[in-house]
Amino acid sequence: MTTEPEPQVDPAVDLAVVGAGPAGLAAVVAAAELGLSCALLDAAALPGGQFYRQPAGSLRAARPQALHHRWQVFARLLARLERHVASGRVSRLCGHHVWSVSGAEGGWELHAVSGGDGPDGASGRTVRARAVLLATGSHERQLPFPGWTLPGVVGAGGAQAMLKSGLVLPGRRVVVAGSGPLLLAVAASLAAAGARVPLVAEAAGYAGYARRPGILAANPGKLAEGAAHAARLLRHGVVVRTRSAVVAAHGKDRIEAVTVARLDRDWRPVPGTGRRIACDALAVGHGLLPQLELALELGCRVRTLPDGGSALVVDPDQRTSVAGLWAAGESTGVGGAELALAEGEVAARAIAVALRRPVPADGAARVGASARRRDRLRGFAELMADQHRPGPGWVGWLDADTEVCRCEEVTAGAVREALDELGAGDVRTVKLLTRAGMGWCQGRMCGPAVARLAGSAEDPGGTRPLSCPVPMGVLADGTPSSSD
Amino acid sequence: MSRDPLGLVRARPGPGFEFSFDGEPVPALPGQSIAAALWASGRVSWRRTRQSGAPRGAFCGMGVCFDCLVEADGRANVRACLAPARPGAQVRTQEGTGHDHRA
Repeated sequence: MTTEPEPQVDPAVDLAVVGAGPAGLAAVVAAAELGLSCALLDAAALPGGQFYRQPAGSLRAARPQALHHRWQVFARLLARLERHVASGRVSRLCGHHVWSVSGAEGGWELHAVSGGDGPDGASGRTVRARAVLLATGSHERQLPFPGWTLPGVVGAGGAQAMLKSGLVLPGRRVVVAGSGPLLLAVAASLAAAGARVPLVAEAAGYAGYARRPGILAANPGKLAEGAAHAARLLRHGVVVRTRSAVVAAHGKDRIEAVTVARLDRDWRPVPGTGRRIACDALAVGHGLLPQLELALELGCRVRTLPDGGSALVVDPDQRTSVAGLWAAGESTGVGGAELALAEGEVAARAIAVALRRPVPADGAARVGASARRRDRLRGFAELMADQHRPGPGWVGWLDADTEVCRCEEVTAGAVREALDELGAGDVRTVKLLTRAGMGWCQGRMCGPAVARLAGSAEDPGGTRPLSCPVPMGVLADGTPSSSD
Repeated sequence: MSRDPLGLVRARPGPGFEFSFDGEPVPALPGQSIAAALWASGRVSWRRTRQSGAPRGAFCGMGVCFDCLVEADGRANVRACLAPARPGAQVRTQEGTGHDHRA
């Protein structure tokens, strides 16, 4: 390994923030303003996370806000970040994917890899910090159906991410399907950017929201956001059909059409309701799942969300169950950008207090308001998760040949054989017998589906020894050593 | 006037360039990923799976699913949704593991 460059080890900072989405950004600027030295690490080339994913600078977009909700909030955060980067208080490490965190309260080491997809190959970097905030966000929950591996079938969040960053569309006629409020935002963006959106198929209903008027009344901003998406969809003539799903995608080398069927309350397709719709792309997703790899590796406690996902348990100061480790944003439960901003701000002040920094008394009122906003939005998030919990009947979309694990090309038939004929009683045994979940994505795409087929009502949180594939050279240089 | 993403955000990108995909020229704008440029050219697949040889392309769009792996300038397993398109790059459909033809 003499040819491998030594990983760069930075001087220790007070706080390392993993993730530069709304939660991480809010936290790092607030912490810097409280006098903490900070490092901000994010896998992407530009800050913003998935919600505020920006077009590359050289695309020179004069109005990026046309693809965003509340862009001004982000623009102000970025301006504050720039000031703290310029003053040296924040070390901004974009393009750095943290693959492991080791250590304990007061002395953490974060191991990051960068450049893995670039021409020069991957290199390692180690950041040392007294406190760590995990703001690792979420990825999309996918449920398989026949044809979902066809080119042109893309994640709803994926289509949105590619549009926001690269200013491109997956096709000209894009069906949007799945479940959750993200679908409305995605459909509105795609239509505004020039795609025809013949249909948004939402597997759940919206009526359940109205049954909790107290939570709605406390969150007028959420109602306004929903109404804004609805108005944009109306303007573009986009039809939203609830209790409906894409139960099959058709095509040979790429998608050419989908079959949309009515669903009963358990998401079981109603026989005889299938209708074929021509399209050249499908944007599909069934909610978001917190990305917990780093936290689980460190032993943080999790709770089960109303939609079956797992999220970190945090106290009112956003502290996880592991001392010296805080969390904010989607990793504590999927709830959107406004909630993530509030949590980041609360966490920053709590971390400053924990590190025995003087915190100005006049900041207490502001953080108190953020904490109340957080609690109110958390209520809405739990209601939302409950409304869009996948019904057990979705497995009725599968046929024996449907690939469940995209990486290892394992079919639903093979998974069922492992369960019924080979006697696998749990997800782990299914994995060992079929290789489902053992490919590149480490089960992120097929995990929820395999878990449901194996009879579990919960999504696997999934402990993975590394949060992303790491080249051997970086691993050899950066493996956490037990001696320090 | 038909709407498009560049017009929507009033983008004024720098001069475009080309890279090669399976020997064919593909136009790209500075800042776009390989996957974004391929989408813009109407292409949605650039990988063949190891077992069945089925076509695949971008799926998660954020570097998590690894479905969009491509061979770029001789390096296999590059995530096209993350890797920036570069002028003159030689990008090829990844067959299987991307190392099969060297075995």
